[in-house]
Amino acid sequence: MAAMPKVSNGKADPGYLADLLVSVGRDRDRIAFAELFSYFGPRVKAYLMRQGAGEAQAEELVQEAMIMVWRRAESFDMSKSGASTWIFTIARNKRIDALRREKRPEYDPDDPALVPAAAEDADSLVEAAQQSERLSVAMKSLSSEQAELIRMAYFEDKAHGAIAEETELPLGTVKSRLRLALGHLRKALKEYQ
Amino acid sequence: MPKHHPSEEILMAYAAGSLPEALSLVVASHLTLCPACRAEVEAYEALGGSLMDALDPASLDESAFSSIMAEIDMLDSETEESAPWGGAMPLPRKPDMEDPSLPRPLRDYLQVDLTALQWRKVMRGVEDTEIELGPDGAKTRLMRIQPGVAVPKHTHHGQEVTLVLEGGYSDADGHYERGDVQIADPSVDHQPVADVGEPCICLVVSDAPMKMTGTFGRLLNPFVTY
Ligand SMILES: [Zn+2]
Repeated sequence: MAAMPKVSNGKADPGYLADLLVSVGRDRDRIAFAELFSYFGPRVKAYLMRQGAGEAQAEELVQEAMIMVWRRAESFDMSKSGASTWIFTIARNKRIDALRREKRPEYDPDDPALVPAAAEDADSLVEAAQQSERLSVAMKSLSSEQAELIRMAYFEDKAHGAIAEETELPLGTVKSRLRLALGHLRKALKEYQ
Repeated sequence: MPKHHPSEEILMAYAAGSLPEALSLVVASHLTLCPACRAEVEAYEALGGSLMDALDPASLDESAFSSIMAEIDMLDSETEESAPWGGAMPLPRKPDMEDPSLPRPLRDYLQVDLTALQWRKVMRGVEDTEIELGPDGAKTRLMRIQPGVAVPKHTHHGQEVTLVLEGGYSDADGHYERGDVQIADPSVDHQPVADVGEPCICLVVSDAPMKMTGTFGRLLNPFVTY
């Protein structure tokens, strides 16, 4: 029953991953879940280790995160986010809980105080599935050095000064390269919005 | 819709999960009132998703999948109370509070309605009440300023982030109303004056001068931009 699936550990099509997640949510599809696990498990672990988790802790948190994926899959809405984004937010929250021991305040979509988006913003939701694709295209067009700077700023919460030290680049260079790289990604996101 | 928003850097840190709890409370409350920033945060979360996608996969213990499935078999045989989304230490929620005007993230911390809060007098026309956060939390409080009252320049030299919940105020930088966020640079001499009409209620996070962590200081410095 619990045999590891054959699925590639390499590239995956965002639409395909989203379909897998929908199958898990709708049909409790264990084969689909196994495929999701073989793709995301190792990436969630890499993410957690990058954020300072040790080997054993990362392993444990991957399990907790993937169990959460199983339990919450029903609430996944492919018109609102991609599978990678959705699973990233689960892994992120696990990390805040386990590594930082803090709460994470989040807004509640059903809050009576919520100010809704204007109606014309609604069509941006339809295109949410395209967002991951646009972003990964934009990511690929960055130089490996730019991509690494972005990862450092996003995943390791490194102050620009610390990044400069580690990369042995002048601080001004780090700042301007980050600004350029982020601007490039933001443009890909803004076009989508 | 709010006119003054948290910086893009703060929104990105919130999406990445690196923002301290107190500032996350400000952001989550602002997001309740600001659809534009909700879209920004979603975009930064998508960025997190693609960055995670692009990481070199780390190899997992061979037994990982079967232990997950074993756990799932166990879970499925129980009808558990569903855990809050994401599973980060939840706060008990009080859906029955009467005042729906406070953003829910804040209500979850207060546990009482605004009208039932115990205010402490700071000076004439200015009161506050502290909000308890985790051990490393920055000083976080609600402030209530009576109409037309000017709050004198602060005595400490830390950074300060303010979110307006009711009423409004003005200072040299502009006018702030419900939903607006102001990140005050301590080197700027700003003296907020509450609007006439109704009291101004704000969520205020301030950084104790000696407790300034790298992240906090970096994020609050309005001159640090990508
Ligand atoms: Zn905003």
